[in-house]
Amino acid sequence: MEMTTTDIVIVGAGGAGLRAAIAIAESNPDLKIALLSKVYPMRSHTVAAEGGAAGVAKDEDSLDNHFNDTVSGGDWLCDQDAVDLFVEQAPKELTQMEHWGCPWSRTSDGKVAVRPFGGMKIERTWYAADKTGFHMLHTLFQTSMQYPSIERYDEYYTTDLLMVDGACRGVAAIEMRTGQMRLFRAKAVIICTGGAGRVFPFTTNGAIKTGDGMAMAYRAGVALKDMEFVQYHPTGLPGTGILITEGSRGEGGILVNNDGYRYLQDYNLGPPDPWPRKKAMELGPRDRLSQAFWHEQKKGRTISTPHGDVVHLDLRHLGEKKINERLPMVRDLAISYVGVDPVKEPIPVRPVVHYTMGGIDTDIDAKTAVPGLFAAGECACVSINGANRLGSNSLTELLVFGSRAGRGAAEVAMAESTHVDESAIEKAAEEARAKVTGLFQNVGGGETISGLRKDMNSTMEEGAGIYRTEESLKDTCVTMKEIHARFANIDLEDKSNVYNTDLLQALELGAMIDVARAMAVSALNRQESRGSHQRLDFVERDDEKFLRHSLASYAGADDPGVDYRDVVITRSQPAERVYGGDQK
Amino acid sequence: MSRKPYIRTLSSTSWWLAQPRYIRYMAREVSCVLIGAYTGVIVVGLLRLSEGANAWAGFVAAMQTPASVVFHLLALAFALYHTTTWFNVTPKAMPLQFGDTQVPGSIIIGAHYAGWIVISAALLLLAGV
Amino acid sequence: MSLRTFELEIMRYDPDKDSEPRFETFSVPCEEDWVVLDAVNYVKDNLDRTLSYRWSCHMAVCGSCGMMINGEPSLSCKTFMRHMPDKIRIEPLANFPIERDLVVVMDDFMDKLASVKPYLVAKEKKAVEDGSYLQSPAQLKKFKQYTLCINCTLCYSACPQYALGEGFVGPAALALAHRYNLDSRDVGRSARADVVASNEGIWECSFVGACSEVCPEHVDPAGAIQQTKIASTLDYFKDLITPGRDK
Repeated sequence: MEMTTTDIVIVGAGGAGLRAAIAIAESNPDLKIALLSKVYPMRSHTVAAEGGAAGVAKDEDSLDNHFNDTVSGGDWLCDQDAVDLFVEQAPKELTQMEHWGCPWSRTSDGKVAVRPFGGMKIERTWYAADKTGFHMLHTLFQTSMQYPSIERYDEYYTTDLLMVDGACRGVAAIEMRTGQMRLFRAKAVIICTGGAGRVFPFTTNGAIKTGDGMAMAYRAGVALKDMEFVQYHPTGLPGTGILITEGSRGEGGILVNNDGYRYLQDYNLGPPDPWPRKKAMELGPRDRLSQAFWHEQKKGRTISTPHGDVVHLDLRHLGEKKINERLPMVRDLAISYVGVDPVKEPIPVRPVVHYTMGGIDTDIDAKTAVPGLFAAGECACVSINGANRLGSNSLTELLVFGSRAGRGAAEVAMAESTHVDESAIEKAAEEARAKVTGLFQNVGGGETISGLRKDMNSTMEEGAGIYRTEESLKDTCVTMKEIHARFANIDLEDKSNVYNTDLLQALELGAMIDVARAMAVSALNRQESRGSHQRLDFVERDDEKFLRHSLASYAGADDPGVDYRDVVITRSQPAERVYGGDQK
Repeated sequence: MSRKPYIRTLSSTSWWLAQPRYIRYMAREVSCVLIGAYTGVIVVGLLRLSEGANAWAGFVAAMQTPASVVFHLLALAFALYHTTTWFNVTPKAMPLQFGDTQVPGSIIIGAHYAGWIVISAALLLLAGV
Repeated sequence: MSLRTFELEIMRYDPDKDSEPRFETFSVPCEEDWVVLDAVNYVKDNLDRTLSYRWSCHMAVCGSCGMMINGEPSLSCKTFMRHMPDKIRIEPLANFPIERDLVVVMDDFMDKLASVKPYLVAKEKKAVEDGSYLQSPAQLKKFKQYTLCINCTLCYSACPQYALGEGFVGPAALALAHRYNLDSRDVGRSARADVVASNEGIWECSFVGACSEVCPEHVDPAGAIQQTKIASTLDYFKDLITPGRDK
């Protein structure tokens, strides 16, 4: 097998992967970096983030405020030492992006502008109109081009982490244009492969977000942490699930039901006036807003459309000028995909799966339990997001922890004087190749990728959606176990080598199935309601039993085992989450 | 088997027939030829003028033949096409921004037309028309 | 929801089997609000799993799903079936080698993008602790439009100059160079000029303008190139008048 020897392999070239690569290149230009991605870097899903990135910017704001908003927003499931580090690093990383040319929107005096986001006491979301992720990704990608030590391997699908003596020392990847398996030998590996929203049928996530890296680490023995926490964004377009940014509410947009009534006031988020107002009504946290929609729907106060029930996001009072300046993409998306001009009509929206709070278990330095293996970005769980991520923390997270992962991996690479033995790693790579070859050899099983994907999507939505019960979750766990077994009977229709997307989709589906099972089983075991995880049979938060991270460990065909680890609490004791009128 | 990228070939002589926008582009380019020819005619006219009254009268007579009239009409049409297409793209090539506000393209284009009219009028005035 | 059936003529090319591309027709029942990409996905999921193409975001921002749709370079996720005739011809983006089916080889584009040094060259490196550069909204507005390129390469598919000339740097890369040249924080213009103002750069462009017509993000690369031509010409004359001037 063709082998490339490098110092550090990074899997995934989205925001976190690129930030990690640049951090390594800056800390030691002699370290060779292989940056692998199944898509060209600018296709990575960071590109679709709209609203902005959080970091304290205003004099009247403070790191403590950002800390408190994040910890209470996460329903106290965040590790507070990690959050402290995160809020402290956030403004520095965002300033660094400015120095690299990121076109942040500005105030009239030339400073970087900030806007309010949900669950935020004082505005601290840096934004580039409503294409913040796009601008950050392209800025990082373009900046990365000046470092000769970053060698890109675009359109390489990584299938496995290669372990030698219990440490991660490389990866096996398929070069998509030739179909050949390639071995990358390294001293450290960083996974930055993003989330797994595609496990669900209705999501803001692009087709590439299939949890590949999560599954890879999981199968290699790293636990997946807090996988039961899946964020629904309250405002997606019906049908396509296209994201309408929280920034549109940050700018003053309101949500109304079929009576034109601002229903959020009925769910402890009011009173509605004065508006706009921080941490209240439409600027409450995402979990609360999505849950309020569910209740409105039960009460029959939503609006029915061919693509399911919706409520209305009304931006008309902002006026054409402000909409064009601050939310041009929202306007374009609404006109194009639902035929609604937000200047003239309210936009139909509904909750949509958006973000996986859980992920590869890492510590505050982005390190996993496996020596040599790091993870950062949405695929990782540090955790700063707890049970519900605060809007605009994720773009900052990929910078802060992407660069920490890069620096950490650089240290590991510099400390290791030699690479592992060729024969040892080749053996591991051959095992990886055998799995892929096995997929080609399956005949007559009769299962199809699209069929299994559909079944997985629907059981996950039915059983592990916004509200869950023991019964629904048990059903989903059983169905997912069956789907896992049925996966062995997939027939590849495409047996060729060059750009075989049938094969790639099969591999992606395999990853999603493992990730989905971790989500469902972790959700079944968490007998409480916290943040985005809401149980109709356990409606209260239970700090005594569950102020803990869940850790799902891979068990092959069997359901994963779930362990728990205490949350790190330093200075904020769990309390009631208060939004709207009662907040102090 | 492995890669074998397929390269589509493009005819170097007829590619511009593939799309209306390429045809429009070629028409703009071809208009230069007619404008060039017209410039040649003017130069010849000047030469004749310098050679005396007879030569000039012959030139004027030649200009009045049907072929010459057709040529002039054609040249005028292409000159107009050339001018308007270029005027219409000036906002792209020379965008103007004052402070925060971008000058609308229509104003930049309009200014070019206005300039054209003013200069033409001045020339006609000088010529004593 | 009402369904309408379309005939999709899709260009296929399997390097293992085909010596040249061929067309295959699929009959696809489409919902009213579908985009062309949805119809192509339908083919992949239900009619022929071997069809290869790129896509991801389905919201016109990742730039993956460019295709020739009835001869026009288009993002298939933003081309609506309701605007389409009953028969749709889908081909891989023109002017690029075909890897397989609708997947084209991107190497040349990626190289050209990197060749223009598309990153900020600051006058002096500023420490993060010293805070951000100041940039007024007016200064931002000068280049903002040229930051919006999603690298979908539709402009390269539309550009006859790229199709005919061997080395043309091309619309998107030149527009990106212009974006950094116009940025008030940047001093890298002369470093970029080697490529940008070369024969393969701006001077290869004859202002067909097709790139700007097909650009889904209204970046207007044609405008960017003409502006660069003017700036570069002014540079030339300034150099002529004052030799050795500080660029």
